[in-house]
Amino acid sequence: MLNSVLVANRGEIARRVIRTARRMGIRAVAVYSDADADLPYVREADQAVRIGPAPPASSYLDAAAIIEAAGQTGAAAVHPGYGFLAENADFARQVMAAGLTWIGPDPAAIEQMGDKIRARNLMERAGVPVSPGSREPVTDVAAALAEADRIGYPVMVKAAAGGGGIGMGVAAGPADLQAAFETARSRAERFFGSPEILLERYVQRARHVEVQILGLADGRVLALGERDCSVQRRHQKVAEETPSPGVSAALREQMLAAAVQAGEAVGYRGAGTVECLVDTDAGSFVFLEMNTRLQVEHPVTELVTGIDLVEQQFLIAAGQPPSFDPATVTSVGHALELRIYAEDPVRFLPGPGTITQWDEPEGDGIRVDAGYQAGNTVTPFYDPLLAKLCLYGADRDQALERARKAVAAFAIAGPKTNLAFHAELLTSPEFVSGDYDTSLISRLRPS
Amino acid sequence: MAEIRAEMVANVWKVVAAEGDHVDDGDTLVILESMKMEIPVLAESAGTVTLHVAEGDVVQEGDLIADVG
Repeated sequence: MLNSVLVANRGEIARRVIRTARRMGIRAVAVYSDADADLPYVREADQAVRIGPAPPASSYLDAAAIIEAAGQTGAAAVHPGYGFLAENADFARQVMAAGLTWIGPDPAAIEQMGDKIRARNLMERAGVPVSPGSREPVTDVAAALAEADRIGYPVMVKAAAGGGGIGMGVAAGPADLQAAFETARSRAERFFGSPEILLERYVQRARHVEVQILGLADGRVLALGERDCSVQRRHQKVAEETPSPGVSAALREQMLAAAVQAGEAVGYRGAGTVECLVDTDAGSFVFLEMNTRLQVEHPVTELVTGIDLVEQQFLIAAGQPPSFDPATVTSVGHALELRIYAEDPVRFLPGPGTITQWDEPEGDGIRVDAGYQAGNTVTPFYDPLLAKLCLYGADRDQALERARKAVAAFAIAGPKTNLAFHAELLTSPEFVSGDYDTSLISRLRPS
Repeated sequence: MAEIRAEMVANVWKVVAAEGDHVDDGDTLVILESMKMEIPVLAESAGTVTLHVAEGDVVQEGDLIADVG
């Protein structure tokens, strides 16, 4: 088994990975920037190394500094968390070249899935349904107009190397396409270092549903159920749940089978997520993208299956079988995740600040994965996720009821938070009915 | 003279308007970045721009970004 791991991340996910590592007797090494020296994950690690100043490019994206920290502390493995370098194949190769174990899939699988155009083409060949869209990069406005004519409006314009909803835009017709294309291209260059753009048919009433997969050390690929991530603002997730209230048993079976095919097509190893769009009117789904790392919202899967996904990542990376019997995995009950962001609850604009009060709710079925505590400062350098408030219930009604009470009991003062938005979401008839889609927030917040 | 102030702690990513430019209501003066989000700061009236920030600066909530008058 691995005896030590460096967690190349920060905040709630670093803390969560460190927790499982320590439970398994694996020595955990944290890395931190100057902005994060006081965060709980730094203290909870067995050892912590400063890797640079606050801007991500000088710290959490500095591959050399991270590998040097692993060398200094004698760490045997690197867990990348999500974001930052988690889906950077070159970083994975550097980790392995330094003689360390990479807690993630083969770099070739990261590369194949990281380019959205290549991933779509590969999935189409593997028999996984994809939406009408680009088979090669769209390089200028004229090509985008021709491609959109072929695909049919409305179209989604996005960065081939992108993620996290950044730079994505919808064009209803040729008049909107030029602006959507130029915005997507400038953000693609800035955030992802590649100007490649693709177009896909945009589905009006869609749910965003993803499947958790796990590629075992023996080569088998398992699907561990789905998560519904349709509650989004600016194409970014705000709340998730499992099982999806909008997926029938028959559709679920097809989606899980397609996710396994997707994983097998790239020889996937470790935890990954196959994201799909479900057309609520047609009752069909298409492949969207695959995330080749642990997903932010993985706790909802853990709550209904009882499986610790980080533990499986460590076991698989060490070439060992999982801690559970793949033949008898069952999903029981219902789980929700509410992302507590440092942002105002009306316009969702960032609101960093120093935390003067931080009181987490406690009780049956409540799990809080938090990155901060009272006295910490939330800075503008990183994403706004403060904590993930996760709820388990025997059924959806119980999970929702627990969620309402937990949101009311969560007291955070200092930065702005979206807790008031969650209180509103949990009582909105559309969300409570389960019959909602990715436009839910735009209906709650008509601009 | 209208004072344009920062609504939140942020980094100044891009200065769009130049010192002395004439701008109209709704024109973008600078683009801030906070928590991986770009936040355009707009003129709220027409006038001549006097800038108080440069690209790369960090602004605190309430800091003066520009005067338009």
